[in-house]
Amino acid sequence: MPDYPKFTEDMIKTHTILVPDMLPVHFKMLIAIFEAEGYKLELLQNDSRAVVDEGLKNVHNDACYPALLVIGQFMDALNSGKYDPDKTALLITQTGGGCRASNYIHLLRKALAKNYPQVPVCSLNFSGLEKDSAFRITAPMFLKMLYAVLYGDLLMTCYNKCRAYEINKGEAQKMLDKWQRRIGNIFRKGSKMFLRTKKIYTDILNDFASIQLSGEKKVRVGIVGEIYVKYSPLANNHLEDFLISEGCEPVVPSLLEFVMYCAVGTFNDAKIYDHVTKQSIFNKIGYDLIYAKQKELISVMKKQGSFEPPHDFEHLRKLADKYINQGVVMGEGWLIPAEMAALAKSGVENIICAQPFGCLPNHIVAKGMSRAIKQDNPNANIVAIDYDPGATRVNQENRIKLMLANAKL
Amino acid sequence: MTEKYSLGIDVGSTTVKTVITDSSGEIIYSKYQRHLSKVKETVTDQLKIIQADYPEAEFTVCITGSAGLGLANSADIPFVQEVHAAFLAVKQKQPDADAVIELGGEDAKIIFLTGGVEQRMNGSCAGGTGAFIDQMATLLGISADELDELSMHSQKIYPIASRCGVFAKSDIQPLLNQGARREDVAASIFQAVVDQTVSGLAQGRTIEGKVLFLGGPLFFLKGLRKAFVNTLGLDNEHAVFPDEAPVFVAYGCAVYAANAEKAYHIEDIIDKVENARTSDNIVTGEPLFNSQTEYDEFIDRHKQCDLGYADIRTYEGDAYLGIDAGSTTTKLVLITDDGRILYHYYASNQGQPLDKISEQLKVIYNAMNPAITIKGSAVTGYGEDLIKAGLSIDHGIVETVAHFKAASYFCPDVDFIIDIGGQDIKCFKIKNQTIDSIMLNEACSSGCGSFIQTFAMALGYDIAEFSQLGLFAQHPVDLGSRCTVFMNSSVKQAQKDGATVEDISAGLSSSIIKNAIYKVIRANSPDELGKNIVVQGGTFLNDAVLRSFEKELGRNVIRPAISGLMGAFGCALYAKEKAKDEPSKIISKEELASFAYTSRSAQCGGCTAHCQLNIISFGQGRKFISGNRCEKGGGIKVKNKIPNLYEYKYDSLLNLVKTHQPRKYRGVVGLPLALGFYEQLPFWHMLFTSLGFRVIISGESSREVYYKGQHTIPSDTVCYPAKLTHGHIENLLDKKVDFIFYPCMSYNIDEGGSDNHFNCPVVAYYPELLLANNPRLNNENFIHPYVDLNIRKNVIKVLGQVLKKYNIKGRIPAAVDAAYEALSRYQNDISAKAREIIEQARAEGRNIIVLAGRPYHVDKEINHGIHKLITSLGMAVITEDSVAHLARTPELGVLNQWTYHSRLYRAAQYVTTQPDMQLIQLVSFGCGIDAVTGDEVRNILESHGKLYTQLKIDEINNLGAARIRLRSLVAAINNN
Repeated sequence: MPDYPKFTEDMIKTHTILVPDMLPVHFKMLIAIFEAEGYKLELLQNDSRAVVDEGLKNVHNDACYPALLVIGQFMDALNSGKYDPDKTALLITQTGGGCRASNYIHLLRKALAKNYPQVPVCSLNFSGLEKDSAFRITAPMFLKMLYAVLYGDLLMTCYNKCRAYEINKGEAQKMLDKWQRRIGNIFRKGSKMFLRTKKIYTDILNDFASIQLSGEKKVRVGIVGEIYVKYSPLANNHLEDFLISEGCEPVVPSLLEFVMYCAVGTFNDAKIYDHVTKQSIFNKIGYDLIYAKQKELISVMKKQGSFEPPHDFEHLRKLADKYINQGVVMGEGWLIPAEMAALAKSGVENIICAQPFGCLPNHIVAKGMSRAIKQDNPNANIVAIDYDPGATRVNQENRIKLMLANAKL
Repeated sequence: MTEKYSLGIDVGSTTVKTVITDSSGEIIYSKYQRHLSKVKETVTDQLKIIQADYPEAEFTVCITGSAGLGLANSADIPFVQEVHAAFLAVKQKQPDADAVIELGGEDAKIIFLTGGVEQRMNGSCAGGTGAFIDQMATLLGISADELDELSMHSQKIYPIASRCGVFAKSDIQPLLNQGARREDVAASIFQAVVDQTVSGLAQGRTIEGKVLFLGGPLFFLKGLRKAFVNTLGLDNEHAVFPDEAPVFVAYGCAVYAANAEKAYHIEDIIDKVENARTSDNIVTGEPLFNSQTEYDEFIDRHKQCDLGYADIRTYEGDAYLGIDAGSTTTKLVLITDDGRILYHYYASNQGQPLDKISEQLKVIYNAMNPAITIKGSAVTGYGEDLIKAGLSIDHGIVETVAHFKAASYFCPDVDFIIDIGGQDIKCFKIKNQTIDSIMLNEACSSGCGSFIQTFAMALGYDIAEFSQLGLFAQHPVDLGSRCTVFMNSSVKQAQKDGATVEDISAGLSSSIIKNAIYKVIRANSPDELGKNIVVQGGTFLNDAVLRSFEKELGRNVIRPAISGLMGAFGCALYAKEKAKDEPSKIISKEELASFAYTSRSAQCGGCTAHCQLNIISFGQGRKFISGNRCEKGGGIKVKNKIPNLYEYKYDSLLNLVKTHQPRKYRGVVGLPLALGFYEQLPFWHMLFTSLGFRVIISGESSREVYYKGQHTIPSDTVCYPAKLTHGHIENLLDKKVDFIFYPCMSYNIDEGGSDNHFNCPVVAYYPELLLANNPRLNNENFIHPYVDLNIRKNVIKVLGQVLKKYNIKGRIPAAVDAAYEALSRYQNDISAKAREIIEQARAEGRNIIVLAGRPYHVDKEINHGIHKLITSLGMAVITEDSVAHLARTPELGVLNQWTYHSRLYRAAQYVTTQPDMQLIQLVSFGCGIDAVTGDEVRNILESHGKLYTQLKIDEINNLGAARIRLRSLVAAINNN
């Protein structure tokens, strides 16, 4: 785009950066990390119909639902009058792959150009895009974010489990709030405490394990899918809440898997296409580091014993190979079939694949792979649910109910 | 002790069904009733009937059905998912069934019972079955029963798009307009429903064995039954239509209820339902009018835009006739010299425009003062060609021109016109007194006027009454702004949540408007539309729609009182402009008295496209042929062939495989002529032939090829070019090749000037999907390696691996080099041909169209012959890839990261430097990436004062909308 405002050094002090509601659990800690560096951030939580309407007004209606929602949420926030457009910036994630998602930032700038031309957009990416912005992720920040993902995943896992079975309603939520505050404070104060993973993991696990759970048996439902729709309640019509209200236990694979999937992509490509680059070598080193951290988390969780640890990533990669090549790297790529297979094999046979309507990679990796996965796991009960501004909740819930009816067969 | 019964209540999208079973599980009572959107009331009524019969009994109870969920929750009655209820019922009644097909008002379901139980429902896109049939019946102006009766007398079946109701509709409309037999159309509609169910739901599983058919439509419509039985090849023993079909699901619900612990007296159940609190989470808008005064002012304001009238019996002098043969309605206007109306007519054409119009002409001739001379006549609309030929009308003009003429009569400085008709939305901006840009609704967002009408009827109202209801609704429901199928389920949700008919009526009006503004026009603010807006089309006669439009825009607009007649009025004005001294050559009163026509169908043998022709003979050797895509079928001799690079490119790809085949070969490799191969065929063909393989391609695409692979398509929303690939694979498997070669490629060839050079996800990885969904494919007969053509050593290595067993490693590098050369030779040839075409066109003074799409858009089954349509309008056609290298990438507002798409930007840039060139972008429906490119290409062109035209294509074979656009484009080019 010819001209758009850049995020400059002095804006760090003057501007509030608005953050879309993509990953409610993780983003709260992410914000703390940036605040420690002097940035001011605010997590948006507006989710009225106006968000969708603003999205429809400002984004090409055939663009995918996540773009529409993220941009709609920003526009709705700016329109609310709560934020001074001269002192507000926006944060958006950018993956840089062959999917349309890499273009969100440009669609957002287009939308802003009409009514808020002064509002700069910051990109949260790890692919070296948008180099001219003062919004920079330094190596120490990167490290902290990795830990935030690890903690966020652990909290999410414990929270989902406890919430489904807790005897005193609301306990899990209180526990989650408490730990989000506590870890947020560690990051905010710049304390090195966050490195003491083993201690913190154990404390979290023990704390959540102290919540009294009923021993009843519930249908466990795995959620996989497009990254935004999978995690964001705004996008998936509060899918986890719905499942809980239906008497199920939602099982949501961790965000770290997506991070590792992205890291693997580059050096996998290097191998497949004989194209080794600095980035691919760097990613391999990064991957090894992250994988070590994942193994540590798994071993702590196993030792503590109350909660199910995430899938070992190398195990996921091997599972993927049965169905699809790891060269499929657009969108969530091979990770979706791998997660579906891993869930089915670990006894979570009911799986919802949440995706934006008409999502291009998901034609291949979600709907395209269900048959193969069902063939291998005859009890796998997979339903793909499309999310879209026009798709109604009743329609989606009815399909989920059908899947649940089968679960009880 | 009182007897214990089980009560099942099935609340569907259109009906309520109740069933009572006794303790032995026998059905002792059942009832089926339309609820006309009054869900709670209907359920209560039915319960009260039961109460009269069983005042003392105790019931275990359960609710099911798509509209039952909300009621069940708020009344605190157990709920069972309807497909599961059907499953339970089948287990009881027909335990030996192998599969169940159930069609409801808006759902289609399949349950596979043997060989792995599986229950499936239609996805959110392919909705509409019962409702779809109702809508089609409305289109024909008959009831669903009459449609059924007609279908029993069919002689042939027309192919009708089966994916989505809206698409099917756009296939049916032209058939009707072209005079196809109604019996055949009726049967084709049922066949489309069958195809939709079978392909959309079975997804690779064969429906066989004993099949049970359930649901209202399958119970009531014999023609539909017949179509299912024939398509699935079932005999009487294997096709079961149980008597209790309409209430079968309610029965299953009762079966489920039998296991409930708690039983109630019927009055307690009635209490629960009556006191069910509807949730308040429906989103509502403001009322359209707050008071009667406000409404009166509104009416007065719009009254000011009316025409004068003159009496046809007493007027003397010249008159001009305008006819608008629209898709669902026929409009006719006869005006005087000074623009007064002598006669006007507006009515549904009931699928027979020619009959309607000749009838009206008779009325005019009979009423007309003999001192009136009709000096000119003109016709526009879908039926233009037919009417012009049949009734000897003087002029045929494109709709956009007609509407512009009429609008400027009322508002000389009009700068924006929006017309919402029965089936389409047309908008155009006017700049410098010419049409500047045109927006039509895509196949997906049709619906419009006829949609609201069908809805009104479904709810038991006529259209006028229904829209009137909405005017003073207190809380219009927000129903979203997508296609009709989605709106159906939005309405369902609103009903569930307790919205009144008034609120729904107002909500529908506002949905149509939002659809127009945000989906078709894509406006951000009213200022973008212009200052002087004229609205027209029959749908705007509806005050609720008009008011919604003004409210949404926040400004007043002009609605001429003859809003529905504007196309016809514009024609009359045009006829007047063009009139000469002699009278119109329109069919005379005498000729009209003996006017008759016959229609028959035939297949064109002009080329391999084998267009389905419809030939209407009017006597005296005059005939009208439709259904043809090019001049050949129309019976016109072409003297000077207009150059067309699409044809050249397509032919050179097909001819490729006929040459350079090794006489002795070490194996046979099959290449599917689909997606990326339309670009890279020269590469792979040369590579394999150089290595001593015989290369066989899958053959040309066609509807048959699509059907052949349809059962292996797992995602019904993927683009049509991808869907066709499945059929190509089946073809290759039948041709008994040693292996099919189809590489996966994240990256396409880097042509420079872009941020990256990806393939789109579908082109990149489609082989993975094919392997996973076609049971005939395995890793032996389907070789799909990952390869990057930018990296020679990678290509060599990968081929070495996959062709290991042939022991030809040493020959691979040379073959790869030959392949690169072949590809670049082919590309150079295409560019050279483009230069030649440009020169020839310039010498002949023709405009040149860059028809910009993807390499696979040269496929005739994908482009539906649009390139021929363009040449038939006298313009030459070249491709985007033949000129992309002639320009640099302009500055873009988006990430430019796909090879095929980056060509669009460069081609557009090139076009801006060529005064005699225009670009038309071809977009396949469902291509999400073109949501990004479309806006960019438009920006590039419009910032240099060029027109932007986008044509969306899918499996629909109807070029009606494309024709309007192209003709409007020609009109605009000529005006500039």
